[in-house]
Amino acid sequence: MIAAIAFYAFAAILLASACMVITARNPVHSVLFLILAFINAAALFVLAGAEFLAMVLVIVYVGAVAVLFLFVVMMLDVDFAALREGFQRYAPLGLTIGFILMVEIGLTAVNWTIAPAAHLAVLVPTPEHLTNTNALGNLIYTRYMFAFELVALLLLVAMVGAIVLTHTDRRGPRRQNINSQHDRTIAQTLTMVNMKLGDGSRQITPAARNAEPDKETAR
Amino acid sequence: MATGFFATDFGILILTLLKALALIVPLLIGVAYLTYAERKVLAAVQLRRGPNVTGPFGLWQPFADAIKMLFKETIIPDGSNRYLFLFAPVITFGLAIIAWAVIPVNDHWAIANINVGMLYLFAISSLGVYGVIIAGWASNSKFAFLGAMRSAAQMVSYEVSIGLVILSVLVCTGSLNLNAIVLAQRNIWFAIPLLPMLVVFFISGLAETNRAPFDLPEGESEIVAGFFVEYSAMSFALFFLGEYANMILMSGMTTILFLGGWLSPIPFIPFTWVPGPIWFILKVAVCLFVFLWVRATLPRFRYDQLMQLGWKVFLPLSLGWLVLTASALEIFGWLPHA
Repeated sequence: MIAAIAFYAFAAILLASACMVITARNPVHSVLFLILAFINAAALFVLAGAEFLAMVLVIVYVGAVAVLFLFVVMMLDVDFAALREGFQRYAPLGLTIGFILMVEIGLTAVNWTIAPAAHLAVLVPTPEHLTNTNALGNLIYTRYMFAFELVALLLLVAMVGAIVLTHTDRRGPRRQNINSQHDRTIAQTLTMVNMKLGDGSRQITPAARNAEPDKETAR
Repeated sequence: MATGFFATDFGILILTLLKALALIVPLLIGVAYLTYAERKVLAAVQLRRGPNVTGPFGLWQPFADAIKMLFKETIIPDGSNRYLFLFAPVITFGLAIIAWAVIPVNDHWAIANINVGMLYLFAISSLGVYGVIIAGWASNSKFAFLGAMRSAAQMVSYEVSIGLVILSVLVCTGSLNLNAIVLAQRNIWFAIPLLPMLVVFFISGLAETNRAPFDLPEGESEIVAGFFVEYSAMSFALFFLGEYANMILMSGMTTILFLGGWLSPIPFIPFTWVPGPIWFILKVAVCLFVFLWVRATLPRFRYDQLMQLGWKVFLPLSLGWLVLTASALEIFGWLPHA
């Protein structure tokens, strides 16, 4: 009873916020509605008994991906007038593409047949002594090991690609090198000079600063 | 477990609400007195007296502050995004509270003893950044936005090493259930074999809760007060209390992961008679003291140093330690089979 109410509540909020993602005028609001949609999807996972997937959905999508989305969208300087500018010119084209897609989806839905052996897959019982996480781990790290590693490799390639695209060798700003700072001794940085009275500081040229300091005065 | 009325659907709902109240009320009192403790500890370090006027030893100070906050005017800046502006502190404070749903203060004394408790905690702490970003953006102020951007980068960076530290504890326990994680420490606390990870976790926790020396999102000397510069009255108080509630939560996580939760530190008879929640509270208090002590002692990090520490020191260290832990468990045959 309570589970049913919760399901319909979460599902309704999920659909409503998914619609708001594409209709909201402010892109930041769109991202926030997207986050709401993710959280409700996680709640539906919990209701379906897939608690591991629910938590991973929140950690990966809401905690990492959407933060970066929000970060980028907030930094963008979106000009709303420029966005609406070509609306009337592009409307016929957009409507045509939308109509074709609708017809295609409709044709697919009408001719949809479920594979005859599909109902057998549903009958596999959930193991009782296993938790969700254990069951997933047992499958991923044994039977689907290669698929799993392939996905990991794909992510690695994407990451290397992103780094290559954005990496520039910046010589300009001075960087801190902590090791070299720690390795410096007083003798390397401090020069003691015995000045003659009335000569002023003009004598201390850069050459004098870099010169080997006098051992007695360096202490 | 429960019988009669409390076994029905409606009864379970009522029972859960009562349990939540029994947890939240002491928690909020703890948050209030943490602000008092912070002022007293800082005062002691700086050879001052701290609050000592309101009540005996200044003990009513938190309530005086709360009443003052309630009666101040809530100012909503011109050009701000009104709803998000008011929503942001609610997120920050709410997240700090709901994470406590899974924390066991004694054997099976959690409101929800779920299988994926550790993941739940990690998920909630990864959401904490939203309160800060939304506050910074909705304020429509340059300083607030700078603070929010700093905080987003900082919290996302340190979460990576927190995740890896949690993983190295998890390979030792073989369970995501917080109750099981504490019970796995009956023989030895994980603080001893995983000491470097405790240090990494605690420092990352400082960064995650935006505490000194990593309080760059606030950075009074550079960006006024960072993301909550435009907030006043209760909306400010919610951010303030959220920060302290997050500190208590981080200390609770440290206690559960490394300091043996409610288990007695000395396994002899007079000490094992002390009830578990008391040990839990004492351990959390020790962690909180270190939080305050660090704030009183260390100067603020520079931003590039903060990023360097997170990505170039903690990430390789925690990743390496995870591989080391897993290898050691495999070689000695200590892997838990849950």
